[in-house]
Amino acid sequence: MASTATIHSETGAAVTQPLDAVARAGAVAGAGNKPARAKRKTPGIASRIISPFKNAISELFNGSGMTVTVLRRSAAVVLGVLLWHYAVEHDFKFIISFENVSSPTEVFEAFEKHLTSTKFYVHIGASLQRIVIAYGLAAVLGVVLGLAMGRSRLAYDLVLPYVEILRPIPAVAWIPLAILMWPTEESSIIYITFLGALFPIILSTVAGVQQTPEVLVRAARSLGARRLQIFRHVVLPAALPSIATGLSVGMGVAWFSLLAGEIISGQYGIGYFTWTAYHLIKYADIIVGMLTIGLLGSVSTIAVQMATAPFLKWQHKSR
Amino acid sequence: MLNVIRMNGAAPEPAVPPRPGFRAEKGAIRIDGVEIGFGKGDDRVVAVTETTLDIKPGEFVCILGPSGCGKSTLLNSIAGYVTPSHGEVLVDDEPVTGPGPDRGMVFQQYSLFPWKTVRENVAFGPRILGRGDPTPDAIADTLIEMVGLSRFADRYPAELSGGMQQRVGIARALANYPRVLLMDEPFGALDSQTRHVMQENLLKIWGEFGITVVFVTHDIDEAIFLGDRVLVMSASPGRVIADLTIDLPRPRDPDIAVDDSFIRLKRLCHEKIRHESTRAFEQQNR
Repeated sequence: MASTATIHSETGAAVTQPLDAVARAGAVAGAGNKPARAKRKTPGIASRIISPFKNAISELFNGSGMTVTVLRRSAAVVLGVLLWHYAVEHDFKFIISFENVSSPTEVFEAFEKHLTSTKFYVHIGASLQRIVIAYGLAAVLGVVLGLAMGRSRLAYDLVLPYVEILRPIPAVAWIPLAILMWPTEESSIIYITFLGALFPIILSTVAGVQQTPEVLVRAARSLGARRLQIFRHVVLPAALPSIATGLSVGMGVAWFSLLAGEIISGQYGIGYFTWTAYHLIKYADIIVGMLTIGLLGSVSTIAVQMATAPFLKWQHKSR
Repeated sequence: MLNVIRMNGAAPEPAVPPRPGFRAEKGAIRIDGVEIGFGKGDDRVVAVTETTLDIKPGEFVCILGPSGCGKSTLLNSIAGYVTPSHGEVLVDDEPVTGPGPDRGMVFQQYSLFPWKTVRENVAFGPRILGRGDPTPDAIADTLIEMVGLSRFADRYPAELSGGMQQRVGIARALANYPRVLLMDEPFGALDSQTRHVMQENLLKIWGEFGITVVFVTHDIDEAIFLGDRVLVMSASPGRVIADLTIDLPRPRDPDIAVDDSFIRLKRLCHEKIRHESTRAFEQQNR
């Protein structure tokens, strides 16, 4: 609702200068709005009322400022929730059915209730712990393997077949074997999560190393750098942007894989929470679980991006 | 086969002009029967045919030629990036076996480390070599001041213009106090005004350091304005077709470019290059 208030305050300012506003609306809207006509016509009462709206709306569609961005994104979310609400209220049924879907208010209430219960945090804690262990291992091993593959033809040839064969196998397909292989359910879930995060990290790291400009390696050599120093001062920093991308993508895939593991096995975790909500016919909790997963996934990806940002600050500098 | 032709009888030995701070005792380069080829068998391409050259300590030598004539390859053999198929390159009687800090290199493309600030870039050499006194940062600051970029010491390369980046490149190459400075068309990507300023700047720095400079270019004016000697190279196969002594007085002023002596040298270079191009053209037609 804050969005409409802002539009009104903007239009209020625009009404005081209708001529200017018309010209601006025409300019912003571009050729499609026939600015020539807007210029010629002296504004009557109707255009005095309409043009500020036109101005605000064209700004909302064509603008790119911070306020406009926030407004547009909030509007998109509000619209989605309203549609959801409407579909549930009217038992929408065409191919997909909303008959058993909880309404936004029900979900919000369920969410509120869970936020005060310890059990909910135990589920979140269990998932986070698995992510931290699995992702941590994948990040270290992925970067190390990727760097080795990027620098050594031998390492590349030895590891690449495994990456190519194993990478397309989805997390769900790993579950039976993982359960058979690993001593505990916990370890098999962590294994699946680890594997999901590993491949994007390896591949991005390899690409980053291979993209190192040769002239920089030459420059370092002529300045007296040896193999290890070239690696540390040239190859590694040159690969960092790509490694950072891999780490961020890897975090997304880690959550994806974790949830697959948690739905099928385990006793705790947000994936388990979501799946049992279905069995216990707590339909609002399904959506609570899903939204929590989405939120945790986004927050952890942003955390990875923030952790890598200080190493990349040179990238965004330009004249 | 010896391709060196002495063009100017006036100075039997290319004279190194006296200049303040001159201390060139080191930095003699000997290119001894060097041939550089790539590939094997029928695919083998000879980039530089057998060449013998002597460059004196403190000399400013320009290698002039069209693209693809092997001038950069010859320079890379001094730098140690390319190993000759025959013969050897010696710097102060030591054979070149690979790149090293005794030979500073300035590249055509911008080759600064983008993740290091100007100061970190210039201090890189001394730091890598473990220099302690003066500290790498102190050496860097001195050189950055010399190229007039003190205000930009903490900036990243992306924040600098092309000319400024090349000045940092020169400062970085000099930070190890090399015996030889190798420059591969360093001003090729700059606009002509910046280029002229950079040329004057380079001569001043050379005057202070008194080190040997080998400067590759395809610009006749640039070669004559900068060099004590101009080696004219020709393509297919790459070889030195003329070795001109540039006896223009130093310090050189940009106005020298309209002097008769400058124009005479320019005409000489043109003739040499044209003669060779025509010959090569006829050869290709045969």
